[in-house]
Amino acid sequence: MEDREPEKRSILKQKLKVISLGIEIFADDLKRQNVKVVSVDWQPPAGGDEELLRLLEKLGA
Amino acid sequence: MYSYLFKIIVEKGNYRDSVTLMKVSNEVSKLKGVSQAAVLMATPLNKRFITDAGFEGSEVEKAGPDDLIIAIEAASGEVLQSSVSRVEEMLSSRASMEAEEIRPRTLASAVKVMPDANLALISIPGRFAKREAMNALESGLDVFLFSSNVSREDEVELKEAAKTRSLLVMGPDCGTSIINGVVLGFGNVVRRGSVGIVSASGTGIQQVSTLLDSEGLGISHAIGTGGNDLSEKVGGMTTMEGIRLLEKDEDTRVIVLISKPPGPKTSATVLKAASRSSKPVVINFLGEGDAVASKQVRAVTLEDAARMASGFVKGKRTGARPFSDSESRVMSLAQSESSGMSKKQRYIRGLYSGGTLCYESQVVLSPLIGEVFSNAPLKPEGRIEDANVSRENTCVDMGSEEFVVGRPHPMIDYSLRKNRILQEARDPETAVVLLDVVLGYGSNEDPARELRPTIVSAKKLAGAGGRYLSVVASIIGTREDPQDIHKQAKELASAGVVLMPSNAQAARFAALVASKGAVGRKLFGNGR
Repeated sequence: MEDREPEKRSILKQKLKVISLGIEIFADDLKRQNVKVVSVDWQPPAGGDEELLRLLEKLGA
Repeated sequence: MYSYLFKIIVEKGNYRDSVTLMKVSNEVSKLKGVSQAAVLMATPLNKRFITDAGFEGSEVEKAGPDDLIIAIEAASGEVLQSSVSRVEEMLSSRASMEAEEIRPRTLASAVKVMPDANLALISIPGRFAKREAMNALESGLDVFLFSSNVSREDEVELKEAAKTRSLLVMGPDCGTSIINGVVLGFGNVVRRGSVGIVSASGTGIQQVSTLLDSEGLGISHAIGTGGNDLSEKVGGMTTMEGIRLLEKDEDTRVIVLISKPPGPKTSATVLKAASRSSKPVVINFLGEGDAVASKQVRAVTLEDAARMASGFVKGKRTGARPFSDSESRVMSLAQSESSGMSKKQRYIRGLYSGGTLCYESQVVLSPLIGEVFSNAPLKPEGRIEDANVSRENTCVDMGSEEFVVGRPHPMIDYSLRKNRILQEARDPETAVVLLDVVLGYGSNEDPARELRPTIVSAKKLAGAGGRYLSVVASIIGTREDPQDIHKQAKELASAGVVLMPSNAQAARFAALVASKGAVGRKLFGNGR
């Protein structure tokens, strides 16, 4: 049985399952190590428009 | 004579990571009829780079860091057209290759695809990184945050959020971790074993873990904390959590702590935590060697840290030696390297991809040859005005911000380092070019193939000026790494590179050569 108590949970005791955002070779290298990875097709929020991004953050989006 | 045509396309808000773009640029540059090609994000550094290459125009000036620029120079309109199509195809083939897999557009939808995910690896531009890291923590994920340029305030906020959720934030600016044998970011394929590492430095983990591996020892876990964790502002939050986790971890018998010297307050906190550990702790605050409590030892260099950790595991301590090889062999090799040099050739030019290796070299070199200048100096007065121009003895950290915003790290992209090697070779005062070659996941797939032609040219350049240029390097890697350290060593040696088994030894050897043997007395004691 896996230890499910939240305060005892440690990443060192788990098999890694990874969500990757950004540099694609990092995700590729994890796959080479037989690690399950989901790569996010990440794009800057608000098309990288810093003004709009600040506004969205204010709105809690 | 050809007349070449230029084409510049700006795609607004189309983000691709710098490593993917480097591969696309390289491939398109090789197409027949293409004289140069650059596909990159329009960061200020990259904009300067393509403007210098002759791609000018208002569209380049107006482009922002989240816009993609495709800039191609070719012999004809047809070639231009076909190479632009090729770029588009390569950028979309990557997407379609992944199409069989589900490719969510946000972290939240990724969590739905993989509900049992337990770690987020984040390597997006720094200004967006905190937002995504916080999302990850809120989804219950531990975080490996490779991104740099995250403020200390944001770092503290992330680490506090992690603490309340019993999660770990490795980073920001975290290059390497090895968790349960899995390498995150840049790291080597090393044996599993009983040495646990907590490190503010990615290359610190790489150097120590590969040296232990070469002795047949292994790593339980290596927890990267991010380069700023031990700043007074952050106060070692991840380091403390890392020590706690390794203390509880039954596979870990010895703990190694690696960092540049922290501020006094943080240093005291961390040393106190270390002294409470039931396990032996090797503390490697680079350059600091004062002895402390009985179960702790202090290592001055990364090599010392590996040796001391190995001593604890094997139950027998070995004394420090300047070189693995014998004094007579080292001295005769140094002599043969310096014999063809002119009188003017006096200086070492260290060109580093690993920031901590650059720092370690300065720690090793300063007592041997005096002041070493750097863009990341030991003391503020050692700072060079322009990182692009060496002065006397210089060690350059080519992974520092001025070289990498919007570009792949120099462990991946050797182009800036290759140019710099040639620049140093042209300087009549350069005696030794000193290099680190870092293998493993994340790094360039064949560094020796990248470096060999440049080193051959550099030696020829010096030779044409009546000089002999010595090139000294250490390779951080293992036989199991994708690049295979033996294969890399063979190819570099065939270009005339002198290889040393660790970065510290490479720095010592460079000092021997540049001083024409004069520092031998300091290294080997008064016997000579």
